[in-house]
Amino acid sequence: MIAETLSRVGRVGLFLVRVLRQAPAALARPRAVVHQVYNAGARSLVIIMLSGLFVGMVLGLQGFDLLQRFGSEDALGIAAALGLLKELGPVVTALLFAGRAGTSLTSEIGLMRATDQLTAMEIMAVDPLRKVVAPRFLGGVIAMPLLVAVFNVVGLFGAQLIGVQVMGVDPGAFWSQMQGAVELDDVNEGIVKSLCFGVACSLVAVYEGYHAAPTAEGVGLATTRTVVISSVLTLLIDYILTAAFLGR
Amino acid sequence: MKPQRSLEIGTGLFVLLGFAALVFLTTQLPGSGMRVGAEQGYRVLAKFDNVGDLKPGAPVSMSGVRVGRVEAIRFDPTDYRAEVTLRIERQYDRIPDDSDASIQTQGLLGGKYVGIGAGGSETFLADGGRIDFTQSAIVLESLVNKFFANFADKGGAKAAPEQEEKTP
Repeated sequence: MIAETLSRVGRVGLFLVRVLRQAPAALARPRAVVHQVYNAGARSLVIIMLSGLFVGMVLGLQGFDLLQRFGSEDALGIAAALGLLKELGPVVTALLFAGRAGTSLTSEIGLMRATDQLTAMEIMAVDPLRKVVAPRFLGGVIAMPLLVAVFNVVGLFGAQLIGVQVMGVDPGAFWSQMQGAVELDDVNEGIVKSLCFGVACSLVAVYEGYHAAPTAEGVGLATTRTVVISSVLTLLIDYILTAAFLGR
Repeated sequence: MKPQRSLEIGTGLFVLLGFAALVFLTTQLPGSGMRVGAEQGYRVLAKFDNVGDLKPGAPVSMSGVRVGRVEAIRFDPTDYRAEVTLRIERQYDRIPDDSDASIQTQGLLGGKYVGIGAGGSETFLADGGRIDFTQSAIVLESLVNKFFANFADKGGAKAAPEQEEKTP
């Protein structure tokens, strides 16, 4: 059991090294990468913005309800900004990314495997890692931080909408206190987290697709595994990174 | 050719939007980037010995109603005090010029704001006017220190005789 888990982690690690070795070649022909940034990023934009809006609005409501008990509803801006930047933005975006873009990556590559397209490429001396896997991996890694940034901005707008427009927090206090409390380090923490989540979620998605059993059932199972593993991995990495950043 | 082109434009827009969001987050949130609620009105200056953590954008209120906003805070090196520029909304143009300004705290943990108490003068504050009577921010730490210093003094005075009684 333990040996099986270890060898699995090892296989994923080796796969990452192989993909990264093909990354420069994939970047030399940016058109495929651009295509994948579009698939993973631009097509996830609507769901990311909608979720960000609602998460921000919930933060506004809950934060206001909690803070008003201490008579400090002015601090809502701080609570919403730090909550979004450091935790909710990267984590929720990564979970949505796993469901929205990760699954489509896995099933796409898995279906290529099942219909022998990858084998055909190998026969034609085209490395499927360079042609298929590396652009998809890079597309996901590039798209994730941008999606997180959009999520955060829309979320802040949502929190502002509920806190200021509906609940009547003073807008000047909302923004000035937020600007006084948020440091550049807090923003950087979110960016580092989103980069790590982007690598983790994209890697799991392409790995599962590439190693899917070449049957209809195998592709289905691989897609399920992508969502489960990406989500758990995201939360695990989040804990480790949070501990590392707080321990500094 | 057509779908490829629109795809590239879509990607470009997405990347642009993402970077715009990143720039917004890194430049506007930390420090003092954007000012929200900059409104029309007239400026009034007030000098305080200590502004505490009053920030530009904080509300200015009279009797609990917001009448304006703190526009700027700067240190005046000639008399070593903080000069606070208040922007009062134009509709509140009947504030007596001998009114007093004090820095107060909203709630237990809330932010600082400037409270104005009306004076009794017949002439009113106008653009560029000054509020001469000011009261600085109450710094909670120094208040607590003072309290404990008092407490320790009293406690020490009490404890000393007790010990004398015990020792013999």
